Amino acid sequence: MAINWFKYSAPSTFYGLAGKMIPWFAIPSVVLFAVGLYIGFFVAPVDAVQGEAYRIIFIHVPASILSMFLYLVMAGYAALGLIFNTRLSSMMATALAPTGAMFAFISLWTGALWGKPMWGAWWVWDARLTSELILLFLYFGFIALHASIDDPRRADRAAALLAIVGSVNVPIIYFSVKWWNTLHQGSTIKFTGTSMHVAMQEAMFITLLACWFYAVAMALIRVRSIILERERNNLWVSELKEVNS
Amino acid sequence: MKPRQKRAMFIVAGVTGVGLAVLLVLNALKSNVSLYFTPTQVMNNEAPHGRSFRIGGLVQEGSVQREKDGLTVNFVITDMAKHLPVIYKGILPDLFKEGKGVVAQGKMEADGKMHAEEVLAKHDENYMPPEAADALKRAQAAASGVTEANVVSTAAK
Amino acid sequence: MSVVEFFNMGGYAFYVWGSYGVTLLAFVIEILMVRHKRKITLQQVRLMREAGEEA
Repeated sequence: MAINWFKYSAPSTFYGLAGKMIPWFAIPSVVLFAVGLYIGFFVAPVDAVQGEAYRIIFIHVPASILSMFLYLVMAGYAALGLIFNTRLSSMMATALAPTGAMFAFISLWTGALWGKPMWGAWWVWDARLTSELILLFLYFGFIALHASIDDPRRADRAAALLAIVGSVNVPIIYFSVKWWNTLHQGSTIKFTGTSMHVAMQEAMFITLLACWFYAVAMALIRVRSIILERERNNLWVSELKEVNS
Repeated sequence: MKPRQKRAMFIVAGVTGVGLAVLLVLNALKSNVSLYFTPTQVMNNEAPHGRSFRIGGLVQEGSVQREKDGLTVNFVITDMAKHLPVIYKGILPDLFKEGKGVVAQGKMEADGKMHAEEVLAKHDENYMPPEAADALKRAQAAASGVTEANVVSTAAK
Repeated sequence: MSVVEFFNMGGYAFYVWGSYGVTLLAFVIEILMVRHKRKITLQQVRLMREAGEEA
């Protein structure tokens, strides 16, 4: 079956499609969180070195991965919007930013609560922690810059530039533990394999998936509001069921 | 609030955010992106003189000695090539252990020791249950020719 | 494993539950914010439409 993708790149069509998609992401997210955390807390064994404290990993690692991944997706959408002048991709970039910022914050917060008992410090200015903090500021910069410009199309373009330039930070975060001496340990999940017990791995991958579903659901709800806001002068908006109720 | 003021506020917030990011980058670059020096680098005089810096490596096996006051600890940081004695007075993190990673911040004094103000533990990226860790330790010991009796006695500690 | 032991997390209760608690709080706040934004946007659209009909 050939799908006309361009049809769905029109905000008016995507608005309805996004509404239908939300439960398909929200419900699996809840289920996956329940399963992942059950395995993480009741099936996965205690860690030989870190004891029970290591269980922070089941939210810390998914949040960190999502904060970086969502930034790249956001920059990708922003770039598409800039290059092809497609309104919907710019709206998606704007819709992703707050969720990405939230995951960056959770990454830093859980990292601090993990660092204090294990390393002996809430925070050190090592390359991994500093570059993740910069990622959070880049999200803030993107949101603030977009909000500061009244004309939405101009705001899209200016914020897109910031997002694209800032994406160089993502590989820096990922490789920081390799390139420099850091207090943060190396990557557990490597391209070559994982140095982790099987049940721990399962719990972490399932919560990672749960976070991804959650992020998509949030972005879809947000993008629907953005579409309404920007298209409110169009006829199709005034004909919507939820507007006339 | 007028739209103009709102705009100004957002611009200030945006500029502050980006400015802070750039500042952090510059700060990180200035004080060297690496968090610590290795004992080899210190021996090669690459570490700063007369001011505080960090050294990182492993706590040498059998080097940890507590003084009578119960707070002061002497130990040796090694990178398997060079060794550096450290003296520290204070509470050590839970993961501080012989043979494990450590990062100490302090100044080199005339006695050739680093007088540390802060000692942080560095752990690795491997996660496994205690039984698996024991099995791994036994396998490594067997490979390096240490007798089973020795390993059991270390594990019992 | 007893319930008390579970919540004690081997003495790391503050750090483990502090991590998950704040994460849950952040999720709840975000969900409330996106729902609020939808409500406000729909209200604005309705207002605009009514103003358009009167004109």
